[in-house]
Amino acid sequence: MTRVGRSLNNYGERLAFAAVYGLDKGAAAWRHGGRASTGSLPALKFSFASLARQALKGHTGWPEQWRSPEPKRAYDAVIVGAGGHGLATAYYMAKEHGMRNIAVLEKGWLGGGNTGRNTTIIRSNYLWEPSEAIYGHAHKLWHGLSQELNYNVMFSPRGVMLIAHSHHDEQSFKRHIYANRLAGAQNEWVTPEQAKEFCPLLNIDPSIRYPIVGAALQRSGGTARHDAVAWGYARAASTLGVDIVENCEVKGIHRDSTGAVSGLETTRGPIAARRIGVAAAGATSIVMAMAGVRMPLESFPLQALVSEPLKPVMPCVVMSNTIHAYMSQSDKGELVIGAGMDAYTSYSQTGGLHIATQTLEAICEMFPTLSRLRMMRNWGGIVDVTPDRSPIISRTPVEGLFVNCGWGTGGFKATPGSGHVFAHQVATGEPHLINAPFSLDRFRTGGLINEAAAAAVAH
Amino acid sequence: MLLIRCPYCEMERPDVEFKYAGEAHLVRPPNPAAASDEEWGAFLYLRANDKGLHAERWRHTSGCGRYFNCLRDTVSDKISATYKAGEARPRVA
Repeated sequence: MTRVGRSLNNYGERLAFAAVYGLDKGAAAWRHGGRASTGSLPALKFSFASLARQALKGHTGWPEQWRSPEPKRAYDAVIVGAGGHGLATAYYMAKEHGMRNIAVLEKGWLGGGNTGRNTTIIRSNYLWEPSEAIYGHAHKLWHGLSQELNYNVMFSPRGVMLIAHSHHDEQSFKRHIYANRLAGAQNEWVTPEQAKEFCPLLNIDPSIRYPIVGAALQRSGGTARHDAVAWGYARAASTLGVDIVENCEVKGIHRDSTGAVSGLETTRGPIAARRIGVAAAGATSIVMAMAGVRMPLESFPLQALVSEPLKPVMPCVVMSNTIHAYMSQSDKGELVIGAGMDAYTSYSQTGGLHIATQTLEAICEMFPTLSRLRMMRNWGGIVDVTPDRSPIISRTPVEGLFVNCGWGTGGFKATPGSGHVFAHQVATGEPHLINAPFSLDRFRTGGLINEAAAAAVAH
Repeated sequence: MLLIRCPYCEMERPDVEFKYAGEAHLVRPPNPAAASDEEWGAFLYLRANDKGLHAERWRHTSGCGRYFNCLRDTVSDKISATYKAGEARPRVA
């Protein structure tokens, strides 16, 4: 039921999105489930003039936003997984490394995994320098992304506030704030009164079970429109010649006599490729096992909920990892609420109801005004978690096979930066300076990057 | 919510009484001083992360407090067996 509910939700959101942007014909194509390839590139640029022209023509001239080609028998490189990270990788491989004969393979539909299920929070206040480099890199790219892609990803730096409920939280957050400032990332400590001024909905009564003693505020953090990020990257990559192949599940990875990768077995036939980049999130362990590579990953359900839509009440993002809840408000008015991770590994894409219940109890305590609000949908995504809660963006022991995974509960915020450096890794075979510390080899050398405290969702 | 049968208490109880404790049957290198970095890394960090039948440890924290093992399908979350620590993994259809 969750899957069905979510896909209906996506459909509704697409219609709403299309209506805002005047994409009536596109919405009609979605409505009929049709995105048949015409073989032509979508050359139409979004601008005020093109919107006006389409309006005068009754919105009959909008082309499809990306091609849906049949897969070719061979590519120079193949990316596995058409979520935000995979699509961004393909886009930067085409744009910055001149690779046009590449494909992105997707088992389901584009952006239908964690990209379409996450709570869209963007921030860069992690603890260690390698983390600040990669999340900071992403943060910079977010700022110009809508212009770069000519697609409104609705990036909204409205501020992210991480709530402290105890003296220990306060000490830990202040350590993060000092580390962030030294690394040039914005982050500041605010008192309960200042926190309430920033977010009037917040309950700062000192008598509640988990009183608010202060907060770490990153004013430059915020949210973006998750589906638009996937669609924008897909459109831009497709325009550059990247083949995006949906409903194409990878069933095996072929290797030649030297052990290097030579291609993939898929549900749409064999595809030859000398370079494969895996960006499969929760399914990474399964795909990598096809090449005989064991991963330091465990896959857990992570749940989220949305409420019925309200008028604007929530001006920022509020997170609490102590009592397992975070919340923001979408531009449609729904309150978007994230829960803590489920306790045990699973691929079920649902999660336990008591986890969501606990989160709503925490939400009601922090925001008592909302206690009678109805929740509309609850779903789960499968997140791949590493032992040190930092991602892996790396070459592997298998020649030609690269992996971008382990983003755990917080990969959305890194989408542009992750794609940008992974494109470098796959295209050149060598790590970008920023992703070098995030090697698979660190689990042998012991060079871990422990971000368990900054990952914000209790593990 | 899972219903888990504790093999020590011999009772089915809801999963909130238990704590998940990761993959089962991981064997610590028998001679730690002689183990290579590869062997240590594999023991500490590499995990099967099975999609399907998964052997895992649970601890009955709100009951007897003991660790035991469990076979669970990670797609359907259906539990097919629980068994005491030290016992061999049972065969299930």
